Amino acid sequence: MVNYFLSEEQQMIVDVARQITAEKIIPQRVELDEKEEFPTEILQDIAQADLFGLYIPEEYGGFGGGSFDMVLALEEFARGCVGIATSFAASALGAYPILISGSEELKQKYMPVIASGEKWAAFGLTEANAGSDASGIQTTAVLDGDEWVLNGTKQWITNAGDAKIYSVIAITDRSKGPRGASMFVVEDGDPGFSYGPKEKKLGIRASSTRELIFKDCRIPKDRLIGRQGTGFFTVMKTLDLSRPGIASLGVGLGQGALDEAVLYAKQRVQFGKPVMAFQAVQHILADMAIQLEASRALVYAAARHIDSGVKDVSKPSSMCKVMATDMAMKVTTDAVQILAGHGYMREYPVEKMMRDAKILQIYEGTNQIQRNVIGQALNKEYSRS
Amino acid sequence: MKIIVCVKQVPDAKDVRLDPKTNTLAREGVESIMNPFDRHALEAAVVLKEQYGGTVTAITMGPPQAEDTLRDAVACGADDGVLVSDRAFAGADTWATSYTLAKAVEKLGPFDLILCGKQAIDGDTAQVGPGLAQRLDIPYVAYARKITECVDGVIRLERLMDDGYDEIEMEMPALMTVVKEINEPRVPSLKGKMKSKKMQATVLTAADIGADTECLGLQGSTTQVVKVFSPQFSAEKCMLTGTVDEQVEQLLDKLEELL
Amino acid sequence: MLKIDKEACIGCGVCEDTCTFSAIEVVDGVAVVGDNCTLCGNCVDVCEVGALSIDKVEKKVAADLDDWSGVWVYAEFRDGRVAPVSFELLGAGRKLADQLGVPLSAILLGSGLEDKAQDLVAYGADKVYQIDDPALTHFTDDAYANVFEDLIREHKPEIVLAGATAIGRSFIPRLATMLATGLTADCTALAIREEDGALLQTRPAFGGNIMATIECPTSRPQMATVRPLVMKPNSRDDSRQGEIVKVSADPARLQSRVKVLRSVREESNEVNINEADVLVAGGRGLEDEKGFEMIRELAGLFGGATAASRAAVDSGWIPYPHQVGQTGKTVCPKVYFACGISGAVQHMVGMQSSDTIIAINRDENAPIFDVATYGLVGDVFEILPKLIDRLKDQRSGEGDN
Repeated sequence: MVNYFLSEEQQMIVDVARQITAEKIIPQRVELDEKEEFPTEILQDIAQADLFGLYIPEEYGGFGGGSFDMVLALEEFARGCVGIATSFAASALGAYPILISGSEELKQKYMPVIASGEKWAAFGLTEANAGSDASGIQTTAVLDGDEWVLNGTKQWITNAGDAKIYSVIAITDRSKGPRGASMFVVEDGDPGFSYGPKEKKLGIRASSTRELIFKDCRIPKDRLIGRQGTGFFTVMKTLDLSRPGIASLGVGLGQGALDEAVLYAKQRVQFGKPVMAFQAVQHILADMAIQLEASRALVYAAARHIDSGVKDVSKPSSMCKVMATDMAMKVTTDAVQILAGHGYMREYPVEKMMRDAKILQIYEGTNQIQRNVIGQALNKEYSRS
Repeated sequence: MKIIVCVKQVPDAKDVRLDPKTNTLAREGVESIMNPFDRHALEAAVVLKEQYGGTVTAITMGPPQAEDTLRDAVACGADDGVLVSDRAFAGADTWATSYTLAKAVEKLGPFDLILCGKQAIDGDTAQVGPGLAQRLDIPYVAYARKITECVDGVIRLERLMDDGYDEIEMEMPALMTVVKEINEPRVPSLKGKMKSKKMQATVLTAADIGADTECLGLQGSTTQVVKVFSPQFSAEKCMLTGTVDEQVEQLLDKLEELL
Repeated sequence: MLKIDKEACIGCGVCEDTCTFSAIEVVDGVAVVGDNCTLCGNCVDVCEVGALSIDKVEKKVAADLDDWSGVWVYAEFRDGRVAPVSFELLGAGRKLADQLGVPLSAILLGSGLEDKAQDLVAYGADKVYQIDDPALTHFTDDAYANVFEDLIREHKPEIVLAGATAIGRSFIPRLATMLATGLTADCTALAIREEDGALLQTRPAFGGNIMATIECPTSRPQMATVRPLVMKPNSRDDSRQGEIVKVSADPARLQSRVKVLRSVREESNEVNINEADVLVAGGRGLEDEKGFEMIRELAGLFGGATAASRAAVDSGWIPYPHQVGQTGKTVCPKVYFACGISGAVQHMVGMQSSDTIIAINRDENAPIFDVATYGLVGDVFEILPKLIDRLKDQRSGEGDN
């Protein structure tokens, strides 16, 4: 692998995450996928290893790391199982809005328990009529005395039902358009808050996906994240931060698929020699490796760019998400091709990898929406001069 | 409660082969790891510390690089590490090793409990734990598979036997060796790793522990290796021939050699 | 310490190649020894220019080595039963004793021993020392080691053998430390060196990848634990005469600081397949669940465990924990029986590093034969029952006839 000159601390993050992947994730991934079972124990192991607090500042009990640290850990987990890695990443996605826009009180209240892994978080944005077009949001929040009253349904929410802390966007003033949405913290057990049944998915089946249902859900007034009307701003900032994480899931998954494909190609004998000896196979593997390494380099660069503290990070963030997740789809498909008949069987892990890859091109903004973001950024950049 | 865990750095045994031509260990790509059974002993110690308070000290006897294993132990929850290291220890068998460790443990002062893995995967002897207990003259139980409780200087545990288990009560200070069934060792935590990087192991030499040099290393060993060789297994495949009866008889002969 | 004569060393590297422990290497044309040297002396033997030597450490040899005589076997007694390994040890001990021209004695400790000592005589013991005391009802390391120590100090046997069982491996090391003598654990072969009558003890190390022969040159007794099912018992001979010595132990020595509150028997046939020395695996060729009865029976005869290919697990003949292969477990037993398993790649990756693989399959072209040490071409339903019968014959021939 290319040397990315990781610091000693970063190397430690990689080592810890790698050991969890080898000792906890890989031995259980098949069963969890097969049974569509949430990886509770593995998330507890990750918590015990202090990784839930990776991106959370030290004053809230975290490690004080940045986007890059998160990317390194997620890549290692995804090498083992994207479903489990997604469950871990989704907690960060739920925590970011509070970190980005939340009051000191909210941070004090929620960050330490999220950092310790005692409670998991989730992010509630998508609705039936609000996917790529976030302006279609219909969930509302109305202030009634000292409480906000939420009504509506969020769809396909990762970690729903297993998380205890939810960052949810709702319309507080429809007349204000994009400035009429606000974010709230909803806790598991709040009155009027329930979950839909668990969804059946193509891939990432160890992660859980459900609806969040708000029926006159009443929460205290101080659960508002940031000022009223800043909901979309917070969502956009959150996604800017989280996308390199999704990209790194693609990198980890691609690496896992390449590992399997090469090992298999060296071992599988046809026409009297290992199939690795055939150029037709070597070229596929070479292309997989090229795309994988290029993606990794871009993801690392984007994450470091974010950590440098620059203001606008949307373009690199979207670019790395598109590249690495499209790569993951291609590389896992190629891995199945290399393993051929065996690859198509559940006996080998590449079948699951290919199923898991697809969601990466879809969630946290489809790759088409990412290209919109990049296009708009280009338009803006070139209008300045 | 003051707990001492004995750990050993070993080559990852599943990778170790003797090259039949040169009679040397094929060590290429063989990593050094903490003896897997010792990881269970360490985990048991850390769990006891979490339950009842106290400290966990990891101790190892070995060359300077064995300090890595102490770092692993600290990363997984031990408070500190003690490296017992001296050229004079070279060639020690289990008898000399238990002598050396006993002297080092005495040097460390009073303790409540010593935990060891049931055996090391390189030697598989399972002798150092019992030997150490004898030298320290403390009660000892092998093959602990569960620690039930630990109150008022008495530890209750279950000992795995060939045909079941025994429920045991033992006064502390005491020593026990543990089997894998006792727990699922944790992976190191990030904070533990960072602590372990900074850790300075206490190094004890033969002089530091006031050891009698006649009892150390090769000189102090009661056993001596006469020769080392590869197990005699036919590398080539051998198809048995003849009728079913004849094949079965041939197989029985082969099995006799093997088992 | 290994000494290297830098003048004499020609840097040929023969020592480097010979060192089992990679502890010596040639740097700038001269051999240099590292910390992991175990002073085994292999390099000294091969050095053609005599540049290597090991300082002869003056080991204190116990002055009275010659006073120790006789072979002792620890007869493990628990729950009214003598462990089978004890009879195996009597078989091995008999040979050693005859070669040395000394008597073979058995040590029987416990409570309610009845006439078990007579069984030990029938299997080859010339003499049985027995301590029958309620304090020995439950096994505790200190009480058992104490009374055994007293017997040894009084009678001075030159060799003491015990089974490498949970009990033997627990208290025998403590006993050896008490006696300040050497112990070799888990031996698979024992022999007497002709020249000096020393006991040569051979045992596996590194999970069986390496064998080492060990001696105990400076102290007595020479002690070894021996794996069950390795040695062969002699046939029972009730006409054998032997002396049974009933010893009463010093009550102070029966005190234990370890209390056994309760002893629970768990008859479980579920051996962890990762730990069994012998694995008997079945595949599609067994045709149905019933086929696995043979597999279990065969495994039982070796004290081993049962395993299976994915095909058999998927067919519901045996549960998943027994599955070996890519999606099952990776195993490395001493002996792996592949019965009716064709040898799909996904199965072979899980078992190919087994020390010995015995493949039984109808199809002589089955890929399993490529990794097999011994191959039997034929019908598993014909071969396995025969094998089981013959093994039973052997066992009963050695056992209770």
